[in-house]
Amino acid sequence: MIRLENVTKVFNPGTPHENVAIRTVDLTIEKGDFVTIIGSNGAGKTTLFNLISGTMPVSAGRVFVDETDVTKHSEHRRAQIIGRIFQDPLLGTASNMMVADNMMICYRKGMKGLRISLTSSMRDFFREKLRDLEMGLENRMNDNVGLLSGGQRQALTLLMMVLSEPSLVLLDEHTAALDPKNAQIVLDLTSRFIAEYGLTSMMITHNMGQAIRYGNRLLMMDRGEVILDVSGDEKRTLTVEKLVQKFHEIRNADLESDELMLSQGT
Amino acid sequence: MIEGILVEGLIYATMALGVFITFRVLDFPDLTVDGSFPLGAAVMAILVSSGVPSLIALLVAFLSGILAGLITATIHNKLRVPNLLAGILTMTMLYSINIRVLGNRPNLPLIRQETILTTFTRWFEPMPDEWSLLIFFVLVTVLIKVLIDLFFRTDLGLTLGAMGNNEQMVVTQGVNPETLKLIGVGFSNGLVAISGAFAAQYQGFADVNLGQGIIIAGLASVMIGEFILRSNRIGMLTLRVVLGSIAFRGIMYLGRYYGYYINLTPNDLRLITGILIIISLVITQLRKQKRATTVDLDQGRSTPSSGDAA
Repeated sequence: MIRLENVTKVFNPGTPHENVAIRTVDLTIEKGDFVTIIGSNGAGKTTLFNLISGTMPVSAGRVFVDETDVTKHSEHRRAQIIGRIFQDPLLGTASNMMVADNMMICYRKGMKGLRISLTSSMRDFFREKLRDLEMGLENRMNDNVGLLSGGQRQALTLLMMVLSEPSLVLLDEHTAALDPKNAQIVLDLTSRFIAEYGLTSMMITHNMGQAIRYGNRLLMMDRGEVILDVSGDEKRTLTVEKLVQKFHEIRNADLESDELMLSQGT
Repeated sequence: MIEGILVEGLIYATMALGVFITFRVLDFPDLTVDGSFPLGAAVMAILVSSGVPSLIALLVAFLSGILAGLITATIHNKLRVPNLLAGILTMTMLYSINIRVLGNRPNLPLIRQETILTTFTRWFEPMPDEWSLLIFFVLVTVLIKVLIDLFFRTDLGLTLGAMGNNEQMVVTQGVNPETLKLIGVGFSNGLVAISGAFAAQYQGFADVNLGQGIIIAGLASVMIGEFILRSNRIGMLTLRVVLGSIAFRGIMYLGRYYGYYINLTPNDLRLITGILIIISLVITQLRKQKRATTVDLDQGRSTPSSGDAA
């Protein structure tokens, strides 16, 4: 479970460049929720993730994960309970190390000791898990990750993150840098893993179709605020048209003149 | 002469392994080495000449090197100073420290002192000293190399390996990169100090200027090694550093004794070292470009040999 209390982020406060990126966001996400987040560029989606994961400090408000106040915790400390995947497939894996080594590093979170955990039984376990990806990676465990394609790397990052069993999963447009075919494969894997492992997750996407199709709750952000929060039956019957209409009702803006940059594709 | 090159190569191999850990594994270009190498020599010399058993002196030299590395890493971590500058700061300060350690003098002879090397050569008495030293340093280098290999197979070692490649990944795994830098840079300088301690015993004296340009020698050894072997396995990576160090000493030997045919003096050796590194860099660049074009054609699949870790 995760709770944000009046979280605010102001960049360059007290200067002419002052910019309120997140405006008093109050949000509670229940255990097992799969939340999709949409919004135009600059709406504050990634900033929200940065505040949750501790990449940057909040200007005001508090962040709770599983009832623990993590507001003051550093990024690497929060990372022990939060799994995050970035848009750039290079950020999740070490390209100059073997697939097996990468999996070993990510298997247990937190500071490591002088134990040699990568035994042959551990390798067998990783091989079984890699088979789930259906990408043939189980035969490439001794290849350096740098030799894999972007889609394979992102799928591997996803698998490694899932195996570490985080309390919260943050997916920051993790398929946006992939070609459509690979993006679909990774997205399918994502929703399968989230369901199988019952992970609490938040996924940022630029694609309204995806935001509607996946997850059980949808948030729309605009100018640092959550302007729409749909879940349950309402989420299930949502269509792209209804979503666009709702946005206009709230913001009372004209689509042509608005900078909303959501693609309506599937 | 060949045994001389091998012995020197093996003595400096420990230092090159330290340089390999910072430059290649951690991606932390650490210049502390120029100070921690003579620090190891100075600590060894002063302790041995004041009657401390030589094995304990070696241990203290190792610890002093670790301390030097910790200082560099702390300056970098806490004051947000770039790693290069942090290393230069420690290195500069160590120059004064080393003179203090040597008892306010720039050098200290070890002639007629009982050191690890003299003890060992006495065991192999009828054998010429150079050959028994060679046996000794083969054993020491193999021991150090195997311990390093084992370390990089542990969970901590693996994470240290990821650090230089992808700091964000380390953070995402819940590990503090600052702690890893302390461990890596400390360990590296500990190795360098051991190398310095052995160099002092081998040469029969410790000198504050022993470390001048040592970092470049280490870097050249690492780079030459990279041409000898291509692999992504840690055992091979450390082996090629050792081989690179021996090859580098061989080249320096040639320069020193046969260089006068082309009007070279021993003073030109630094120039040769620098040019050697530049040539290595150029060749690496060219290889990379060639590889990049193959990757484009085959979507990154057909580069089985590009697996140079770290």
